[in-house]
Amino acid sequence: MSGSRERVLARVRAALTDVPRDETPQDVDVPRGYAPDHDQGEAVGLLVDRLEDYQALVHRTTPADLAGELARALARRGAYRVAAPADAPGEWFAHTERDVVRDTGLGVADLDGMDGVVTGCAAAIAETGTIVLDAGRAQGRRALTLIPDYHLCVVRADQVVAGVPQALPRLDPRRPLTWISGPSATSDIELDRVEGVHGPRTLEVLIVE
Amino acid sequence: MPPFPEAAKSATENSQMRHNLRLATDTIRGKRESAVSELDDWSDLRQAGKAVKDRTLRHLDTYLEQLEESVTAAGGTVHWAADAAEANEIVTGLVQATGESDVVKVKSMATQEIELNEALAQAGITAYETDLAELIVQLSDDLPSHILVPAIHRNRAEIREIFRDRMASWGVPAPEELSDDPRALAEAARVHLRERFLDTKVAISGANFAVADSGSMVVLESEGNGRMCLTLPQTLISVVGIEKIVPTWSDLEVFLQLLPRSSTGERMNPYTSTWTGVTPGDGPQEFHVVLLDNGRTDVLADTVGRQALRCIRCSACLNTCPVYERTGGHAYGSVYPGPIGAILTPQLRGTASETEASLPYASSLCGACYDVCPVAIDIPEVLVHLREEVVSQPGHRAEKAAMGVAGWVMGGERRLDTAQRAASAARSFMPRRMPGPASAWTDTRDIPDIPAESFRSWWRREGAEQAPDPGGGEHGPDAQEGGRR
Repeated sequence: MSGSRERVLARVRAALTDVPRDETPQDVDVPRGYAPDHDQGEAVGLLVDRLEDYQALVHRTTPADLAGELARALARRGAYRVAAPADAPGEWFAHTERDVVRDTGLGVADLDGMDGVVTGCAAAIAETGTIVLDAGRAQGRRALTLIPDYHLCVVRADQVVAGVPQALPRLDPRRPLTWISGPSATSDIELDRVEGVHGPRTLEVLIVE
Repeated sequence: MPPFPEAAKSATENSQMRHNLRLATDTIRGKRESAVSELDDWSDLRQAGKAVKDRTLRHLDTYLEQLEESVTAAGGTVHWAADAAEANEIVTGLVQATGESDVVKVKSMATQEIELNEALAQAGITAYETDLAELIVQLSDDLPSHILVPAIHRNRAEIREIFRDRMASWGVPAPEELSDDPRALAEAARVHLRERFLDTKVAISGANFAVADSGSMVVLESEGNGRMCLTLPQTLISVVGIEKIVPTWSDLEVFLQLLPRSSTGERMNPYTSTWTGVTPGDGPQEFHVVLLDNGRTDVLADTVGRQALRCIRCSACLNTCPVYERTGGHAYGSVYPGPIGAILTPQLRGTASETEASLPYASSLCGACYDVCPVAIDIPEVLVHLREEVVSQPGHRAEKAAMGVAGWVMGGERRLDTAQRAASAARSFMPRRMPGPASAWTDTRDIPDIPAESFRSWWRREGAEQAPDPGGGEHGPDAQEGGRR
C-alpha cells in the first residue's frame, strides 16, 4: 500500500456530508426498467447480420459439416500454418490438411509467424454482433487470438444470447475476457470506420446449429 | 492557456480545422442517432446509468475500499494518489522498478490530465502512445482536441504529412509512397507499432470502468492496441480516476450498451477487455492500479456539480455542441473540452484563474448536450451554477451591468428597432472594445460586427413581395463550408 490512501478517503467522506449517515447504497434506487433484449429477430440470424455489418465473414453450418466448412475456410484464406488452443476438439480439424499447431506455450514470435488461429468462444451476443472469449475451453490465452492476423472462430448456436444483459450472468469476471465485435477497426481518421489495425484484420465465424 | 474567448477567436479563424471538425461531427452525430434509435428502452438505460453512478458517488468511500479489497485479493496492487504529482511519482517509481525505459500506452484521459508522459520523460522514460489518434497527436507534438478522437481536428491529408515527416524519428518510418487513404494510414500505423507491441515489457492504461465487487478493470477500444498493451507486457499499470467505479459486475450490462452507441455510434466497439488482478500464464503477471483523486473530491463536495462525475467520457456532448463545432477542442485549454470540459475543468481546478473562470461561459445553454448525455448530466444546470460562482468573485460586475442594459433594449420592440437603426448608422464609428467600465466585458469577447441593415428593416423592405426560399439557392447546405470529399 502506498500513497495517500487515508487522505483520499477522508476527502471523499468530507465531500459527502449531505448524504445521511444511515443511508446505505441500496437506499439509492436504481430503476431497472430496461429490457434484457430488444426483440430484433431470431438470435442466430441477427448475429449473422450484425457480424456481416462489421465486415466479418460468416457461415452457418451443422455439427456434421463443421470440419469440412473449417477446412474450406482455411483453404480459401490460404492459411498453411494455424495455431489452435491445446484443448480445441480434434474433430474440428478432421478434414483439413493444413498444419495445425497446438498452443503449448508458443512464443510471441511463433504466434507472429502463424497464418491464423482457430478457436471456440464462451458466448455470443446477437444484437451487438459480439463474440466473447473467456480463455476457457477451446479458446486459449489472450495472446493466441491477438497476434495472428486471421481469426477463425467456432460459435455453437446454444452459446448465442439476444441482448447484452443476458450475456453477463454467463461470464465469470475472474477470467480475463475479450469481447470481439468484428475485426480490428479504427474511426480515428475523419470518424470513418476502417477495418484493420493492430488486432486480427480478418474475422471469420462458423456458426454451428 | 489563454481564456476561452481569446482561444476561441483564433480557433474560429482556422477554416481548415473548422472544416475538418464539421465533417467529423456531422458523421458521428448521424451514426449515434441511428444506433440509439435501435433501442426502444434507451431512456430506461439512461435512467439506470444515471442512478448507478449516483449510487456509486454517494457511497464512494465504501466502493473504493471494496475495490481495493477485490483487486488485492485477485493479485493486483492498489495505490492511492491525492494529486497529479503523487500519481506521476508512483507510476514513475513502478516503471523504474522494472528496469525498463520504454512503456507502451493505451489512450487514457486520466494520464493526459496528470501529464504523465512529460513526467516519465523527466525520468528518462519514453512513453509510446499506441492509439492511432494519440499517435498522430504525439508525432506532431500537438495537443488532443477531442475526448474520443484526439486528432479529430486533422484530416487525412494532414495525417499523411505527419506520418511522412515524423514517424522515422519515433521508430519504423512511414512507407515512401504513403497515400492519404485511411486504410493506408492505418496500415502504416500497424507497421510502425508492431515490433513495439511485441517487445515492450511495461504498459500503462486507464480504465473505462472499475468494478468494485469483482475487482475487474474494463477497457473499451477499437484498434487492438489496447489488447496488445493489456496482454503482451509483463507489467501493467492502470491509472484510474476514483469516479470510474461501478458497484457490481452486472451493472456493466447498462454501460456496455450506453457507451459504444453514444461515443462512436456503433452497436458495440470492436474490442472490450476485462481483467481481474493477474491470471497465471495469461497476460501481465504484475498489475498495479493507481486510484486518482486530483480534484475529484472537490467536484464531489459540490452537490450541484457532483453529477459531472457521472461522466463516462463518451464525447456525445462534444459532437452535438454548436460551440465545440466552431471552436474545436484546443480553445477549452484542457484535456476535457466541449460541454463536459466546460463544467469539469473549472471544478477540478477551481475558478480562480481566467481560463477556468471563462469556461462556464463557453456555451449558449442550448441544452443539446444534456439531451444526448447517456448518464443524464444536466450540463446547462451546472454551467449556470458555475457562472454564479464566477460572478460572485470580484471583477465581473461590469458584465452584469452590460447584460442588464441588453435586457432593457431587447425587452421592448420599439427600443430594439431604434437601437438597431442607430447602431447601423453608426457602425463605422464602432470600436472593437468598449470604453469605461464596460471594457471588462469586451476584454473577453469581441463586439460583433453590426450589419449594414437590420433584419427587421430588410424584412419591411423585401418581405412583402418575395419570401426567401429556406431550402434552395445559396441558403442550401451546399453553400456551407463545402461538401464531403
